[in-house]
Amino acid sequence: MLARGLQLAVLGLLVAGPAILAEFHITLLNYIGLYALVALGLVLLTGVGGLTSFGQAAFVGVGAYTTAWLTTATELPGWLAFFGASPWLTLFAGLAVTAAIALVLGLLTLRLSGHYLPLGTIAWGISLYFLFGNVEFLGGHTGITGIPALPLFGLELKDPRHYYYLIWAVLLAAVWLTQNLLDSREGRAIRALKGGTVMAEAMGVDTARSKIVIFLIAALFACVSGWLYAHLQRFVNPTPFGLHIGIEYLFMAVIGGAAHVWGALVGAGLITILKQWLQDLLPQLFGASGNFEVIVFGLLMIFVLHRARDGIWPLVARFLPADDGRRRVPEAEPIERRARGEGVLLEVVDAVKKFGGLVANDRMSLTVKAGEIMALIGPNGAGKSTMFNLISGVSPPTSGEVRFLGERIDGRASREIARRGMSRTFQHVRLLPTMTVLENVAIGAHVRGRRGVVAAALHLERDEEARLLAEAARQIERVGLAEHMFDQAGSLALGKQRIVEIARALASDPCLLLLDEPAAGLRYLEKQALAEMLRRLRAEGMGILLVEHDMDFVMGLADRVVVMEFGKKIAAGLPEEVQRDPAVIEAYLGGVD
Amino acid sequence: MDLQIALLLGQDGIVNGAVYALLALALVLVFAVTRVIFIPQGEYVAFGALTLAALQAGRAPGTLWLLAGLGIAVAVIDFAIMVRSGHRRRLPHVLFWNLLYPAFVAALVLFAEPQQWPLLLQVLLALGVVVPLGPMVYRLAYQPLAEASVLVLLIVSVAVHLTLVGLGLLFFGAEGSRTTPFSEASFEVMGMTVNGQSLWVLGASAVLIVVLYVFFERTLYGKALRATAINRNGARLMGISTTMAGKLSFLLAAAIGAFSGILIAPITTVYYDTGFLIGLKGFVGAIVGGLASYPVAAAGAVLVGLLESFSSFWASAFKEVIVFTLIIPVLVWRSLTTRHVEEEE
Repeated sequence: MLARGLQLAVLGLLVAGPAILAEFHITLLNYIGLYALVALGLVLLTGVGGLTSFGQAAFVGVGAYTTAWLTTATELPGWLAFFGASPWLTLFAGLAVTAAIALVLGLLTLRLSGHYLPLGTIAWGISLYFLFGNVEFLGGHTGITGIPALPLFGLELKDPRHYYYLIWAVLLAAVWLTQNLLDSREGRAIRALKGGTVMAEAMGVDTARSKIVIFLIAALFACVSGWLYAHLQRFVNPTPFGLHIGIEYLFMAVIGGAAHVWGALVGAGLITILKQWLQDLLPQLFGASGNFEVIVFGLLMIFVLHRARDGIWPLVARFLPADDGRRRVPEAEPIERRARGEGVLLEVVDAVKKFGGLVANDRMSLTVKAGEIMALIGPNGAGKSTMFNLISGVSPPTSGEVRFLGERIDGRASREIARRGMSRTFQHVRLLPTMTVLENVAIGAHVRGRRGVVAAALHLERDEEARLLAEAARQIERVGLAEHMFDQAGSLALGKQRIVEIARALASDPCLLLLDEPAAGLRYLEKQALAEMLRRLRAEGMGILLVEHDMDFVMGLADRVVVMEFGKKIAAGLPEEVQRDPAVIEAYLGGVD
Repeated sequence: MDLQIALLLGQDGIVNGAVYALLALALVLVFAVTRVIFIPQGEYVAFGALTLAALQAGRAPGTLWLLAGLGIAVAVIDFAIMVRSGHRRRLPHVLFWNLLYPAFVAALVLFAEPQQWPLLLQVLLALGVVVPLGPMVYRLAYQPLAEASVLVLLIVSVAVHLTLVGLGLLFFGAEGSRTTPFSEASFEVMGMTVNGQSLWVLGASAVLIVVLYVFFERTLYGKALRATAINRNGARLMGISTTMAGKLSFLLAAAIGAFSGILIAPITTVYYDTGFLIGLKGFVGAIVGGLASYPVAAAGAVLVGLLESFSSFWASAFKEVIVFTLIIPVLVWRSLTTRHVEEEE
């Protein structure tokens, strides 16, 4: 309640702003709003998604120049002429151009490792700046003047006090859309990017698509900011779209707190006010004119990265009342389940995996049937986890065949395999430590939802979202972690984190479950509970492939066992048979000479 | 365009390309050893050139005060850490390089009248002022974050770049400077005039590349840097200090940057912010080499130089646009040839 009250109070102040503040402060607030819109895109891109762009100012420029040219050009080519009718139409032209550029850039750089995107955006930021300054129809370095004011309900928005409402309405709408998006199935996929794409892909998330989506959204926010800027200033020139301004936007996001939507506002406000103040102070102090504020910004940035990597917002948020509404256990109708597989689910034939000269898996074959627990055991380094990665598509086999539900899946991406009903856990736990257990498990249910980014941003997918979360909650209860549902996943003991991984895998409604050392780090009673749960899953008809070192656990549970050593299968059969096999005894205990 | 112009542009492009190649090598070196994308490389170029110009004009360069200031900051921080941890063995070393050495250099600049000195000594003094800024900046800005992600280090780099550009404006003002050439000679080759300074640039670049090669192949420190570049933890287990490796790579990068600036200062007017664009062109070269291969990076940098000089003939206003757009086809080619499996950092 308190949180809601505070929100209303801030909103009230915002609405009353123009009535009580001086013109100068309104102008300042207008610019803060414009900058915060760009920084908001960077929050999504950098703070949440772990990608970075220094070229956002160039996207702002695209938005500003598109409308400037279309609304002032006297001789537009015929097919563009209709944009001249209203500045509101040019917004869509700008968005289209921006989206096209962002798509091309994103497709080019996002496939490469992390630092190519920022480097690419530096180059692109510079190119576009020089292009604005040298193209004749864009007015060269002097720019374009005489941009019309925006008409709204018959009113011309010439007064900054009126424009103020437009800017802040757009900004708050963007914040609302972003928050909605982050609090959704697509949002969890986006937040999973930072923690590692291997896990997200194994849960059926198309990470390349998620990256493009946030790059696109950030670019579109910047473009809208540019469009608003052009009609506020009523003239444009290349200066505010250069690389250094692009860097400033990134600073706003990082200093404000790049992982939080409100961080964008704090950062934009702080940097804008600081810049205003320093631009007056420093030239007097140094007795020369110039952009000396960059010295302070640079030092401030280094200091923030050293001392408060998460920016200012988390420090502010500590004093705000917490929102308790999120601790309710979600309830909704169950999602329909996929058809159970029958007979042989998984068939691996002569699979070989080589790393250079090392043969990690040498002509491995095994099958897993519905309703059985198959254990894969072997000494450390035998190639068991490699085998898991090869089956689940994390790294494809060098040769050989993997069939799942009668279909060849070797060489397919792990997300496609996940969608077919195979789910897995990892030997080294891959959870997103700052997200709650519930949200982590809900990533597993990603493959069971269909609604996309737009529906998520507008919160039109609440029924599906409720069912996904309810499904996640059910799986958490099933594995016995209900009391930890709203705890941060990283705060759990390692053994429990492994159980969370199992819940996440179950949330995808698999017919085949791959478990990589699920019992490691568990206490005796916890192991018994785990074994009991696996037996229940088996009884329901699920196939389970298990890698485990705890022999009591394996032998008491498995229907069949395959033993590996040095990448080869050395024995296979019922647990009792395998235990008596001389080759197995030699592999585990050493030979008797 | 006739052959005469083509040769002239080619000469121009190769001379610039040689400087970009040096910078590209330094960028690859720093990235390989520390994972830092060294955006401030260009500032060392400008600082090198402008410091020499100030010395020749009989003024005390502002970089001298930066050297003193950073030295004091490093000394204070390291001293505090030493007091807290009780390890004082390196105290004399720290005090010498961060307090005494800057004081000595300051004394030379202020009282030994360096504008009267021969050019070679002036160059050495300029390097003596600018080069130690490399390891000092590493110590203050990067070392506390040595284990952070590439992305965080990149943002720090951009912050350092901004700070140094701002300081450059404060120290040297908005006007550009030129320095006296190493050689006034000029030669006629195939009907084309080649001036001595261009030959100096080419020769010095070639020598420096050979020296770097020998350093990496034959010396213990060079091998330590290579080991760190390949595997930080492995190198650390073998007793190589990654802090030392970081400082050493920044020392080399600063030396290469400052020397490049000194080489080009007689040919082009250098402003406080000139270095940024020069450094970025080195970058485009380095990216051609995937930030990993030295020879490909150097070749890429020469290509950038040639592209720049020829596009300045055909479309001079779009020179920068063309050079920086080159990065797009390069990235296309890289993304098609690299099969990159994204792992978390």
